[in-house]
Amino acid sequence: MSLGPVSYLLRHAQALVSSAGHLARAPFATVFTVLVMGLALALPLGLDVLVRNVRGATSDFSGAVALSAYLHTGVSEPRALQLAATARARAGVGTVTLITAAQALAQFRTQSGFGAALDALEGNPLPNVLAITPLATNASPADMESLRRYLAAWPEVESVQLDGAWVARFNAILNLLRRSLLLAAALLGVGVVAVVGNTIRLEIQNRRAEIEVTKLVGGTNGFVRRPFLYTGALYGLLGGLAAWMVVEASLRALAPAAAQLAQSYGSRFVLAGPSIRDLQFLLGVGTLLGWLGSWLAAARHLARVDPGSG
Amino acid sequence: MITFQSVAKRYRSGREALSNVSFHVAPGEMVFLTGRSGAGKSTVLKLIALLERPTRGQVVVGGEGTARLPARRVPAFRRRVGVVFQDHRLLVDRPVFDNVALPLIVADSSLKEIGKRVRAALDQVGLLGSERVLPAELSVGEQQRVGIARAIVSRPPILIADEPTGNLDPVLAAEVMALFRRLNEVGVTVVVATHDLHLVKESGLRAIVIENGRIAGEPDTVLPTIEARR
Repeated sequence: MSLGPVSYLLRHAQALVSSAGHLARAPFATVFTVLVMGLALALPLGLDVLVRNVRGATSDFSGAVALSAYLHTGVSEPRALQLAATARARAGVGTVTLITAAQALAQFRTQSGFGAALDALEGNPLPNVLAITPLATNASPADMESLRRYLAAWPEVESVQLDGAWVARFNAILNLLRRSLLLAAALLGVGVVAVVGNTIRLEIQNRRAEIEVTKLVGGTNGFVRRPFLYTGALYGLLGGLAAWMVVEASLRALAPAAAQLAQSYGSRFVLAGPSIRDLQFLLGVGTLLGWLGSWLAAARHLARVDPGSG
Repeated sequence: MITFQSVAKRYRSGREALSNVSFHVAPGEMVFLTGRSGAGKSTVLKLIALLERPTRGQVVVGGEGTARLPARRVPAFRRRVGVVFQDHRLLVDRPVFDNVALPLIVADSSLKEIGKRVRAALDQVGLLGSERVLPAELSVGEQQRVGIARAIVSRPPILIADEPTGNLDPVLAAEVMALFRRLNEVGVTVVVATHDLHLVKESGLRAIVIENGRIAGEPDTVLPTIEARR
């Protein structure tokens, strides 16, 4: 008995169609299993999309990471300009803006409402300030600390204030969230494998007579296992699709509220859904997990089904 | 073709189904395996089809000892033995064609070969044209013939049948036996287990009589004894 490549592919196509037929003949059981898998896969995907959206929304936070170097009140404006030029020449520094004492006082006068009180002052108590923003590639906590120490060593500088410490903390929270996401994805992946494994176990029990007859006429374990592997893979594929739909639907539901929030900050930020690459990855992972779950169940339970014991 | 040498079979429950059974079936021979229900006939068939392995002794089928045959070679072994069951063991949700084609599908035959052989097997059992019918739509006799078609479709050199006429009326039973005779005439070794002594006597073929898990003796002397006890 020889099997050509066309017949081989047809045989696999038959197994696939047969598996799809089995799923279609039990629609409620199939929908519930797919839904459970979809929700399990949707959680890590949703978290990933959330983290990416938050990162996207806060991408211009790199501008919020800045240093303010307060010069001694005795430092003149021309000297302050020289210092600004020196700071600008340092590698990793993006922009350096000199806020003169006069500019600072004028700004304070308009924003504070203490105009009349300020008129009573004999001189300007405010210092010249260098507002320094690092390049986005040089905004790590270590880079910022290095820059702070460099500026603090200047005799003209009275103090240096790091303005973006909260951004570093925020990024640390996002990193923690991302690591939690990986952990959740791994745990939920195990859950998906278990769900498919249990479903296939029940399927094997239900089709015991068919398996016995197939083995009786000389069917190998591999042959008997084939449709179950396709069933598991289909569960995974459909579960991945369900997860994508759940996340898309959730984002659509959240989009108006997110847009409203962004608008209140004067931003045009809109929630971004999973990309086509995300969908491909999700379907691939879902299929793989489904296949793995069914393989484990089939390997364990099919060996126990033997026509001799019937 | 089939040799049992001092074969014993004890099930996990502790029940000893066979004890010191020895017999030989020559290639191309057709024999009956007879005895009362529970005598051990089905166990003998299971040992031939490698659905069970002997606890002691040797079972050699088609030149291959079954006692220590590696598990990976069992499927190929089973493809060389066609099995007909009293309860047919058909897949109720598959049409006749799919049921009969199963041994060819598991053997990875080409689709063209499957179509040709299934139709030939159905023609042999008189069911050509019933390919798309579900087993439940057939009579008991027709279902039995589907089971026989499945057993012979891959043209195995050995055919074993467990009470193949048990659920059939005399006319259908005679038809099934005639079919076995025709297969035997073209060289298939046939072993039929039955408790129908009338069928055995009428056939004029050799019978191996089993009583309480042992070979009871030559049929000419033993059959009247069994009949007398009934």
